[in-house]
Amino acid sequence: MLEIKNLHASVDGSEILHGVTLKINRGEIHAVMGPNGSGKSTLAKVLAGHQGYEVTKGEVLLQGRDLFSLSPEERAREGIFLGFQYPVEIPGVSNMYFLKTALNEIRKHRGLEELDAMDFLAMVKEKMKMVNIDESLANRSVNEGFSGGEKKRNEIFQMLVLEPKLAILDETDSGLDIDALKIVANGVNSFRREDRAILLVTHYQRLLSYITPDRVHVLLDGRIVKSGGKELALELEEKGYGWLEGNAA
Amino acid sequence: MIELKEERNVYLSNFASLEKRLKEKRPAWLRAFCKDAISCFTELGFPTTRDEDWRYTSVAPIARTAFKPAVYQVNGWSPSRLADVTLGEVACTQLVFLNGHFSQELSSPGKLPEGVKAGSLASALDSDGGLLEEHLARYASYRRNAFTALNTAFVEDGAFVYLPKDAVVKEPIHLLFLSTASKDPAVCHPRNLIVAGSSAQATVIESYAGLEGGVYFTNAVTEIVTGEQSRIDHTRLQRESERAFHVATMEVSQHRDSAFASRSISIGGKLVRNDLNVLLNGEGCDCTLDGLYFAGGEQHVDNHTTIDHAKPHCSSRELYKGILDGKSTGVFNGKIIVRKDAQKTDARQTNNNLLLSEESLINTKPQLEILADDVKCTHGATIGQLDEEALFYLRTRGIGDAAARSLLTYAFASEIIGRIRIQPIQCRLDLLLSRSLSKGHETL
Ligand SMILES: Nc1ncnc2c1ncn2[C@@H]1O[C@H](COP(=O)(O)OP(=O)(O)OP(=O)(O)O)[C@@H](O)[C@H]1O
Ligand SMILES: [Mg+2]
Repeated sequence: MLEIKNLHASVDGSEILHGVTLKINRGEIHAVMGPNGSGKSTLAKVLAGHQGYEVTKGEVLLQGRDLFSLSPEERAREGIFLGFQYPVEIPGVSNMYFLKTALNEIRKHRGLEELDAMDFLAMVKEKMKMVNIDESLANRSVNEGFSGGEKKRNEIFQMLVLEPKLAILDETDSGLDIDALKIVANGVNSFRREDRAILLVTHYQRLLSYITPDRVHVLLDGRIVKSGGKELALELEEKGYGWLEGNAA
Repeated sequence: MIELKEERNVYLSNFASLEKRLKEKRPAWLRAFCKDAISCFTELGFPTTRDEDWRYTSVAPIARTAFKPAVYQVNGWSPSRLADVTLGEVACTQLVFLNGHFSQELSSPGKLPEGVKAGSLASALDSDGGLLEEHLARYASYRRNAFTALNTAFVEDGAFVYLPKDAVVKEPIHLLFLSTASKDPAVCHPRNLIVAGSSAQATVIESYAGLEGGVYFTNAVTEIVTGEQSRIDHTRLQRESERAFHVATMEVSQHRDSAFASRSISIGGKLVRNDLNVLLNGEGCDCTLDGLYFAGGEQHVDNHTTIDHAKPHCSSRELYKGILDGKSTGVFNGKIIVRKDAQKTDARQTNNNLLLSEESLINTKPQLEILADDVKCTHGATIGQLDEEALFYLRTRGIGDAAARSLLTYAFASEIIGRIRIQPIQCRLDLLLSRSLSKGHETL
């Protein structure tokens, strides 16, 4: 599904990612863990096409296609979804209108007809229930005045509506209470499918006890210093990241 | 300087011929006003950028042009061809003016409670001379403003709306000023008077639109008096042609416990200047001024507002938003005066600007003159670009760059548009905005 090869990226002239290599197959869930500032969000944003980051080396293929030749919206239409660590508030744009516009753009790209208002509403209502989002929230401006937890659930809700092929979830678990965490985990698990893949960025093992990853990678100072199975997450929880510091290849 | 004199001469000779033509129609009191006004204009001349109030707006292009008086010619225009500028299906009283002159055939009457008058000023001079004499030219001073002086000197037609005590008009009253193209640049001076008796209520919409493009000049003056406890809800929609000049002065005089709400939307015109002055001349008044200006290309739009808190216990709320694209320039000057006796004044002013291009420019300036001590008075101005992170967020959901920009720009404007509770105007603004947004991006 996704192949990251020796990715170097910098922001304002300083390199943050120093050669990341990662391969995610269809149907898999990969977790990327790492301390603050290690470059996790940078990786996520580079994959989504943020223009503030400059890719200086390496390549990324999405189902064999060069990702960097695509604009952020083209990537989204091709099936990439980024769940933001800090979802952006957009006053004046209603959540529903936004989501409908987005969905129809993506459907158009996939050669599907636009959903009419009725079908859209029915579909959206069902998915709102899945992540326990109140209908009143859906009619407010995008993320405006949402609590931290509501914002995160809204990201998962959008993912469920837009049905991407690859979901990159940047710390969707942080700042959630235990109930909200379970809701988010349920959302992710129901999204999981043979023809989809998920890249979970997280600090905590907590989420991984609800979502079982196929692979766990440790990102340290812009490099993946260790990869392993789900038990690696437990080890990290116990020992922290210090013991890996010498591992940078 | 010689040149300037010549500019005035055109108006002087036009004035002479108008006087000759209207001799019989103008009552003596009005003739006196007109004479006085034209001599004020001769003295004042057009303002220059050396005048503080006109510092960022040069009216040289107006002064330079020898405008001819606009003439009424209805040929070809019928109500059905005006669907784009009327209120459509909404039940309303619609007074249509073509090149400054009232058009009976294009207008349509609505339901008006007894005693309410809504018609042309020219005919009101015959039928309601007393009322006009009491109010006309009593609020908009022509002694300091050359454009008001010109308008007063050339007063001929416009709308006259009168609400007697307790009259509540449910249907909106739409005053629609249309300009058609003419061979030579033409000028018209619409003059409107709206008088609300005590406890009266009405919604008035004042629209200006160009039907065929061309160079013309609209120089409008509107006077509004709100009687005790009355409520006037006023929406102004300016969508003149691309090459048109538009100068408008609105003078509002509020009596005790009255409420005045204004929404001023400025979209069209090449050179636009709106003056909106509100005098809170009684205790307990409420005044809300909302504005939206949207300019692109080489448009220039200048909004000057003054809220004069002359009496205690009044509140005013002002929110003007501007969107500037291309090489357009904008000016916002918001003056708030709180007189010595106007204790417990509560005034808030905000001006937010969105610059969509590198070359667009805004001059924004609050001007507070506070002479009372027990008052609440706040103001704030912002100038910004579209939020890049919000743009990225939208794009990561599959929304294209241009569409995302339009969406965010529209969202910025929607706060004001949402306050216009007249459906067809809201829809039309939605459409106009999205159309010009997409046009703007093609040229980017
Ligand atoms: N715009 C920027 N300008 C300068 N430095 C930046 C910028 N954006 C990110 N960085 C730096 O890049 C590094 C990686 O940041 P990133 O947000 O990717 O970390 P992270 O692993 O997601 O951290 P966290 O766990 O706190 O979310 C940090 O040192 C950060 O300060
Ligand atoms: Mg991060």
